[in-house]
Amino acid sequence: MEKLKQKDLILYSGLIILGLTAPYLFSAFKVQLTYLCVLIVLAMTWNLQGGEMGYNTFGNILFYGLGMYLTASVQVGMFFPLAEWTESGGEKTFVHTTTQYFQGIGVGLLVAAIIPTIIAGAIGYAILGLRGHYFAICTLGLGIAAGEIAGGIEIIGAGQGFTTPPFPAEIVDAEARGKFFYFLSFALLIGTFVFVKYIYGSRFRLILNAIRDNEDKAEAMGIQTMKYKIVGWMCSAFFCGLAGGIMGGLIGYIDSTDVAFDGREMGVFMVLMAILGGKGTLWGPVIGATLFHFFKEGLWTLILGWQYVALGVLIVVIVVYFPEGLMGWLREKYPERFGEVIDEKDRKAQVELK
Amino acid sequence: MDFLIFKAPMLMVQASLDGILLGILFALIAYGMALQWGVMNIINIAQGDLVILGGYIAYTIYLWGIHPAWGVIISPIIMFFVGWGLYKLVINKVVDRDLFISILATFGIAIVFQQLMNFIFGADVVVAQSEYGTTMLFDNSVTLPNSKIFSAFISVLYAVALVIYMKKSRLGRAIRATAQNARAAKILGVDTEKVYAATFGINAALCGIAGALISITLTLHPYVGLPYTVRSFMIVIVAGLGNLPAVAVSGMGLGLFEEFADYILGTEFRIGAVFLLLVLILVYRRFKLSRKREYLK
Repeated sequence: MEKLKQKDLILYSGLIILGLTAPYLFSAFKVQLTYLCVLIVLAMTWNLQGGEMGYNTFGNILFYGLGMYLTASVQVGMFFPLAEWTESGGEKTFVHTTTQYFQGIGVGLLVAAIIPTIIAGAIGYAILGLRGHYFAICTLGLGIAAGEIAGGIEIIGAGQGFTTPPFPAEIVDAEARGKFFYFLSFALLIGTFVFVKYIYGSRFRLILNAIRDNEDKAEAMGIQTMKYKIVGWMCSAFFCGLAGGIMGGLIGYIDSTDVAFDGREMGVFMVLMAILGGKGTLWGPVIGATLFHFFKEGLWTLILGWQYVALGVLIVVIVVYFPEGLMGWLREKYPERFGEVIDEKDRKAQVELK
Repeated sequence: MDFLIFKAPMLMVQASLDGILLGILFALIAYGMALQWGVMNIINIAQGDLVILGGYIAYTIYLWGIHPAWGVIISPIIMFFVGWGLYKLVINKVVDRDLFISILATFGIAIVFQQLMNFIFGADVVVAQSEYGTTMLFDNSVTLPNSKIFSAFISVLYAVALVIYMKKSRLGRAIRATAQNARAAKILGVDTEKVYAATFGINAALCGIAGALISITLTLHPYVGLPYTVRSFMIVIVAGLGNLPAVAVSGMGLGLFEEFADYILGTEFRIGAVFLLLVLILVYRRFKLSRKREYLK
C-alpha cells in the first residue's frame, strides 16, 4: 500500500473532522446524513462487483435486507419471544431496557455481518458461475424472490411488517437516537472506505480487474477466478449486511418489499450512484452517492408524486448518455490528474484520425 | 400450507387446465421477447410493463362501453406505435451497447411506465368483465372460465399469424436477415434501423395482445409488470431463441408449475416461487455447462 501523501492526509483529516462535526453543525439533518453514509457504503460495495469485477449485480439488496431482518430479529429474540413480538405489531408489550437495547443491537449487527457473508460464500459458487446479463437477471430474481418469500413468513411479521425495538426511553436526550445512528453509520463508512482503499492498493484489485477485462484469459494465466469472485462478493455482503442492520434500526419498521428487499429503490439506487460517480474508481461512488442524495432530497419534495417518473428518466439518461460517470468524464478531460501519461504525438495523431 | 391438491384429484385437473391455458399466454409474451432479443440483442425489462399497458388500453375501451375483447385488435395497434416511439426515443441508443446498459435503461423505462400507469389508471386492482360465462366439466367439479379458453385461442391465432408473416412477408425476411447478420443485411440494402424499430414495435404489439387478454382473464395492477418480464425471460432461456414450439411447451410448463405452486405452497409464495425458479434454472444450466467448461452466453 502506497504511503499517504501530505495532500491526501489533509483531505482525509478534513473529511473526518467534517464527518464528526456534521451532526452538530447540521443537527436538523442527522437522519439525512445517516442515509448518506449508508448510501455511500452501498455504492462502494456495489462498485466492487459492478465496477471492479465486471459483475453487474442487482442482488446486493439481498444482503442488505437480510442484515436488516437479522439485526432486528436478534435484538428482539435475545430477550423476548420473537413470534409474540411480531404478532403484537406496533403495540409495545415488551420494552427493552437501555442495556438490553445496546447489547441487542451490538450482537444483532455482528450476526448481520456474518450470516450474509456466509450466505454469499455459499451461493457464490452457483451464482457467480453465470456471466454478464445472466448474472444480472439471476441476481435480480434472487433479490425479488427474497422479498416475496420474506413477505410470507409469519415469524418475521409477514406482509404486515416488523417493528424494530424503539430507542430506549430512559435516555432523556432527544438528540441521542439520531446521533447514535449517525455515528454508527459514519463508523461503518470509514471502515468500508479504509477497506476498499486497501483493496485498491492490493493485488486483489488487479485480479478483479483481470476478471472484468477478460475472465478466460485471467483463468488461463493461472488465476483461480472463482475463488476471488466469491471472496469479492463476500466482502460486499459483509458491509451490505451491516448497512442494512443500521438502516433497520433507523427506520424503525421493516417491510419485506418496501424497506428490506427494496429492489425498486435501494437496489437500483446503489447501481445508479456508482454509475453516476463513475464505476471502477475509488472516489466515484462516494461522489455519485453524495450528488444523488442531494439531488434526491432537494427535488423529491418539489416534484411530489412524480419522484419515480423522475427517477426512471434519470436512470435512462445516466445510463444512455453518461455510462462512464463523472469520474470517467473527468478522466477523459484531465488525464494528467489521474496519473496517466499522454504522449503528445499520440494525442495529435488521434485527433487527426477523428 | 395445505396439501388439499393431493387429496382431491379433480383439483389437479383444474390446476393443469388453468396452467396450460395460462402458459399459452406466457408463451405469447415470451415469443415477443425472443424476437427482440434475437434480432436486436436487447433484454427488455419493461416487457411486463408493456403487457400491463396493453391491458389498460383494453380496460379503457371497456370503460367506454365497448366489449373488452375488441382490445385484442385495438391494443396491439396502439402498442405498436408505443413500441416504435420507445425505440426512436431510447432503445436505438442502446442497441449496439453492452447488454447491461440495455437492462438498466429498460429498467428505467419500466419505472416510468409503472408510475405513469399509476397516475392515469389508479393503484386499484382492476379487471375487465368479458361476461363469457364458465364451462363446467366433470360433473361441475372443474370450472373453466370461457375467457381463458378465448385467450388461449386468440394467443395461438396471433402466434401462427406472426410465424406465417415472418416467413412470407418482405419485412419478416428482412427481420430474419438482420437477426442472422446485421452487417451483412445492411450491406445488402436492408434498412436495419427500420427493421429494429419494426421489431420493437411488433414485440410491443404482442405485449398489447397479451395485455388485452390478461385484462379479461386475470387482473391488472400498475406494479405487476416485472413478474411477466421474468416469466418471459425464463421461457426464452429454457427454450432458446427462435424456437417457437419449445417456447410454447416451456410456456405451458411454467403455467403448470405456477398453478401447482399456488396450490401447494400457498398464493402468497406464488411470485416468490416464480423468481426462485428463475434462479434455479439459471444455476442448473450453469452447472450443466460447466462440466464442459463452458458458460451461458
